[in-house]
Amino acid sequence: MSIFIDKNTKLVVQGITGRDGSFHASQMREYGTNVVAGVTPGKGGQRFEDEVPIFNTVGEAIESTGANVAAIYVPAAFAADAVFEAAAAGIMFIVCITEGIPVLEMTRVLPFLKEHGARLLGPNCPGAITPGESKVGIIPGQICKAGNVGVVSRSGTLTYEVVNQLTVNGIGQSTCVGIGGDPLIGTNFIDCLEAFQNDPHTDAIVMIGEIGGTDEQKAAQFVADKVSKPVVGFIAGQTAPPGRRMGHAGAIISGSSGTASEKMQALKEAGVAVMSRPADVVELIKEHS
Amino acid sequence: MNLHEYQARVLLRDGGIPVPEADVAVSPEEVAEIAGRVGGDGGVVVKAQVHTGGRGKAGGVKLAKDAEEARSHAEAILGMTIKGLRVDKVLVAPIADIATESYLAVIIDRESQRPVVMVSRAGGVDIEEVAAATPEKIFRLAIDPRYGILQHEAMSLAFKLFDDIKLVRQAAAIISKLYAVFTHVGASLAEINPLASTPDGAVLALDAKIVVDDNELDRRPAIEALRDLSAEDPAEVEAREAGLSYVKLEGNVGCCVNGAGLAMATMDLVKYYGGEPANFLDIGGSSNPQKVITALKIISADSNVQSVLFNIFGGITRCDDVAKGIVAAIEEFELGRPLVIRLTGTNEREAVQILEKAGLTALLDMDEAVQKAVEMVGEVA
Repeated sequence: MSIFIDKNTKLVVQGITGRDGSFHASQMREYGTNVVAGVTPGKGGQRFEDEVPIFNTVGEAIESTGANVAAIYVPAAFAADAVFEAAAAGIMFIVCITEGIPVLEMTRVLPFLKEHGARLLGPNCPGAITPGESKVGIIPGQICKAGNVGVVSRSGTLTYEVVNQLTVNGIGQSTCVGIGGDPLIGTNFIDCLEAFQNDPHTDAIVMIGEIGGTDEQKAAQFVADKVSKPVVGFIAGQTAPPGRRMGHAGAIISGSSGTASEKMQALKEAGVAVMSRPADVVELIKEHS
Repeated sequence: MNLHEYQARVLLRDGGIPVPEADVAVSPEEVAEIAGRVGGDGGVVVKAQVHTGGRGKAGGVKLAKDAEEARSHAEAILGMTIKGLRVDKVLVAPIADIATESYLAVIIDRESQRPVVMVSRAGGVDIEEVAAATPEKIFRLAIDPRYGILQHEAMSLAFKLFDDIKLVRQAAAIISKLYAVFTHVGASLAEINPLASTPDGAVLALDAKIVVDDNELDRRPAIEALRDLSAEDPAEVEAREAGLSYVKLEGNVGCCVNGAGLAMATMDLVKYYGGEPANFLDIGGSSNPQKVITALKIISADSNVQSVLFNIFGGITRCDDVAKGIVAAIEEFELGRPLVIRLTGTNEREAVQILEKAGLTALLDMDEAVQKAVEMVGEVA
């Protein structure tokens, strides 16, 4: 009852001994994620929290533990290589939390992933959570609740805001996915919409976009053509000025393209119920599903 | 990071692209000296060096027939303000004898997820207008970054620009070299507009624009060193140095938020309830109280701000750290405006206790907090 991750997820954490990696590896374990291995070059043979074996390479981690999903918390300078390593070693679902990978690096990473048949979530994303089963990334587990609404978003904390609204109003989620705020990402809205459409345990979908690029417009077309489940949408950045980067590397209106209003219009035309504010999600989900 | 035209021209020249000799100046005297040195029979153009478009319309680009006229133009342009940015430097370049004007750029294309080379015979004008009115005049080619641009690819693009094989070969060389500069500096945009041909059969770059991917700067100190702090808003510079992401806007509700998406949604909600956001400000994922103090300093330095709104959804960010930062800030300096705090998520209870001890209250609901911050605009703290 989920997409991308579930109770069969066996996670290897790349950068498990770093500040962010160790904190979130702990949080993920506490949530119930099956963290089977960690990777930090030079610390092979040690254990994380006295239990999780640490390896020098992802290849060794897979060989010893059967890890099938990777979470990357290594610093930006090494993150692209960590993605290459995970894909080359045979991981099929890679979640890159790290922010700050140069976009030129990503133009080399993405075709490599395609050749290896691997899916990348991110970079610069909060990861994914299937409530009650598995969490890969940094989404706070306590704000989620198992249920039948799929959530996909370009943002981190804005996703938490929306998911929290759902949860406190008794609406659970199948999987919540943060696809990341960078201009070049491995998994886009369409990939998630397609997965949610095919997931028998997802009954309705919430998509949260923002200014910059045309992914939301393409997603709108996909909803019109291929998605039969109800979709509720939000676009952040209606008040953002053109030509200025709004925090996320990908959140920039170039010329007259990538504005919130053009994205909202495209979603409306595709039959998506568009929220005027995050709190509207509850009412719209109730109304449309 | 935007580079100035004069900086981009140097990078192109270093990359072997023919660019007419030009120089940058900060005083009318220097402008006259450069005009005498680089200007030919055609005279020179004096161009304001600021990070914004529309320089020509604002009177920041002027033609001069000789050094004296260049000096008097420089007196007018230096010190003028274009879209809020003061002009401290001007580029002085010779006016070339032009037969044709083309367009050439390398960009990162979000759709193909690759570097894309764009060329058009419709050069010398705003390419966005060309794309809107006559998209068939623009040709694009996605490049496989693992091999770089291949000779035949550069040639096929150059044939879109010129018919004479001598010009085609020169243009192909420039296309390959521009791609090399693009990857060498870690650009997200490298543009030559116009790429001109002269009556005597030379192809040259008469203008240059380079935008560097901010994520490349850590590993390219020589490019980072080109950053012109004087050309940026001082508050935005201070914010960046503190690890904050800040963009000043025109409204009066100061916003301090964790996360870029929530920060935008907060601005939008201010507008929804009838207010105007004074800024975008993302304090980022970590929860260093010092960042909160710097954020509040930056917001309160904006004289337009009449109420201050915190909107924190704790995940990695711990609400108690933010609360500590707020309390430390108001002990350190007078905020002078009403403050509305919304926080929820990680360590929310501890945060509420810290705030209450300092005589502050916290709200849990985003809509309630935004409405209140809008209502309190203009009230005395």
